[in-house]
Amino acid sequence: MAEVQSTEHRTQNTDKSQAEKRKPEATRDAYGKTLLELGKKRPDVVVLDADLSGSTKTIKFAKEFPERFFNMGIAEQDMIGTAAGLALAGKVPFASTFAVFETGRAWDQIRLTVCYSNTNVKLVATHSGITVGEDGASHQALEDIALMRTLPNMTVIVPADAAETESVINTIVDQKGPVYVRLGRAKVPYVMPDDYKFTPGKAFVFHIGKDVNIVAAGITVDMAREAAGILSKEGIDAGVINMSTIKPLDEETLLSAAKSSGFIVTAEEHSVIGGLGGAVCEFLAENYPVPVKRIGVQDSFGCSGRPAELLKLHGITAENIVETIKKALKK
Amino acid sequence: MTVMTKGKITDVQELKNVAKKIRVNILHMLTQAGSGHTGGSLSAADVAVAIYFSKMNFNPDNPKWEGRDRFILSKGHAAPLLYAIMAEAGYFPMETINNLRKIESPLQGHPCCKHIPGIEVSTGSLGQGLSVANGMALGLRLDNNPARVYCIMGDGEIQEGQIWEAAMTAAHYKIDNLCAVVDNNELQIDGPVEEVMGIQPVHDKWEAFGWHVISIDGHDMEEILRALGEAEGVKGKPTIIIANTTKGKGVSFFEDKVEYHGIAPSQEEFDKAVKEIHNG
Ligand SMILES: Cc1ncc(C[n+]2csc(CCOP(=O)(O)OP(=O)(O)O)c2C)c(N)n1
Ligand SMILES: [Mg+2]
Repeated sequence: MAEVQSTEHRTQNTDKSQAEKRKPEATRDAYGKTLLELGKKRPDVVVLDADLSGSTKTIKFAKEFPERFFNMGIAEQDMIGTAAGLALAGKVPFASTFAVFETGRAWDQIRLTVCYSNTNVKLVATHSGITVGEDGASHQALEDIALMRTLPNMTVIVPADAAETESVINTIVDQKGPVYVRLGRAKVPYVMPDDYKFTPGKAFVFHIGKDVNIVAAGITVDMAREAAGILSKEGIDAGVINMSTIKPLDEETLLSAAKSSGFIVTAEEHSVIGGLGGAVCEFLAENYPVPVKRIGVQDSFGCSGRPAELLKLHGITAENIVETIKKALKK
Repeated sequence: MTVMTKGKITDVQELKNVAKKIRVNILHMLTQAGSGHTGGSLSAADVAVAIYFSKMNFNPDNPKWEGRDRFILSKGHAAPLLYAIMAEAGYFPMETINNLRKIESPLQGHPCCKHIPGIEVSTGSLGQGLSVANGMALGLRLDNNPARVYCIMGDGEIQEGQIWEAAMTAAHYKIDNLCAVVDNNELQIDGPVEEVMGIQPVHDKWEAFGWHVISIDGHDMEEILRALGEAEGVKGKPTIIIANTTKGKGVSFFEDKVEYHGIAPSQEEFDKAVKEIHNG
């Protein structure tokens, strides 16, 4: 199993919480476990998958609650419509498949029967971004945040680690309306503090910096923290914000960060068009224009390779965050 | 609480009279709006009237009543038909039908569940209603709720791949609390369905997908009632009624005219049409 961060990266962090000592875990694994626990507590939770339950980890729920699990076959459009129908009958459906197929193949279905109809459907997609790895571009969703963010009524969440994923799933089960949760295939380190609890629309601030603030989500949160550690040794005060809810954006936190540093860097495992970087720029351009650098996939498709190699190729690394910031601050 | 269980219409002549009234109101709405879908609203009118007024349990004063039967107009462009029926059933005041397609009216060009309680799900993008109907039926079954789900599709609409995904789902999960209908009027926008993209043999296709299929004359009220009754008794598989219909049914100069798919009647046409419907 691919790991995004090597252990030598991890040791550069000085203050280690309990969470950080835990072994890296994929957010999809956390999803599978949390869903199983939810199933025990909540008889109204139903789960749908499109022939990928072993990969999305919904299989855990499927085995325990076969009567509440619906494998829809390789039919994502029908899966979304059926999920909407189940929601309209009072259930809380979680519909899962790979992010490419969930958001791309069934976008019009999500638009009409989930968002326009405002049904209580939880879309939890795995295998987002380039860390899908070897399967290559056809399977690497780099546009899903953009596709989901543009839909009215939709909430878009990108958890940073397994613990945050668990907290997110346990929270959105009680949040009425459409939610998109973006999960990954690869193992990722624990980054959030032990006592952290996810609140929709609320960013988590590790630190607000005076020279720059790095706004990250998902696997880039850990990279941002590492980058901030490196920069601090060079006398640059870099803040780190985990913007796990990309819609609605935590504008208050973003505004205070922009006011503090006058320079923002976004980092995401997604196209720089329409995702976290896009959302941050839209808000800042209208409310508090400051220079922004967007780190992410620069308007291209991915390719096959190991996750760590792909991240390096696309500059989604702590090193590139450091370089980008130093270069911008020199000007 | 006026649950429409006791008030159901079983008399064929009475249902025919309701269908006439619904046709007139459809044409009234379309004429007032100056745009909208005439042909497909008229072709499905008899089946929809029979479903709503002879079969369905519902309560316009409590549209979310759990015991209600569900209706999904998958061919959402026939919205005037749904609105005329819902106004007749008492979901909203009759005068609302003067506002079809007008700014800030609840009567959107295509059905919107946000604007009208009692519309189960928004439709308009074809091919999606059957999946939602399946989901509702599965949800009802999980709760041991005896309510049934109805879903009307167009014959052109079933060219959508998602319909066949949903067809598989309904058979796979043995969804027998669902009755689907294909309004088989043999026309779509660009011409006859068989010329644009043939769907025949449509009866055999659904059968091959594991459905109980009933082909009927979709304007013969007695046949419609018989088919709906038969559907209720089918266990272990979903039922679909292939309603063979005439697009624009009830108005001679709209019947079988492909161009009246998406054109509203002029005032003059409306006056003539109403006379025909009353005499027919
Ligand atoms: C996904 C989608 N594609 C195209 C349309 C445009 N459209 C509206 S009605 C229609 C033809 C429908 O034909 P049919 O299903 O036979 O309906 P009917 O004849 O009953 O009006 C089309 C193509 C649409 N509403 N949705
Ligand atoms: Mg047709």
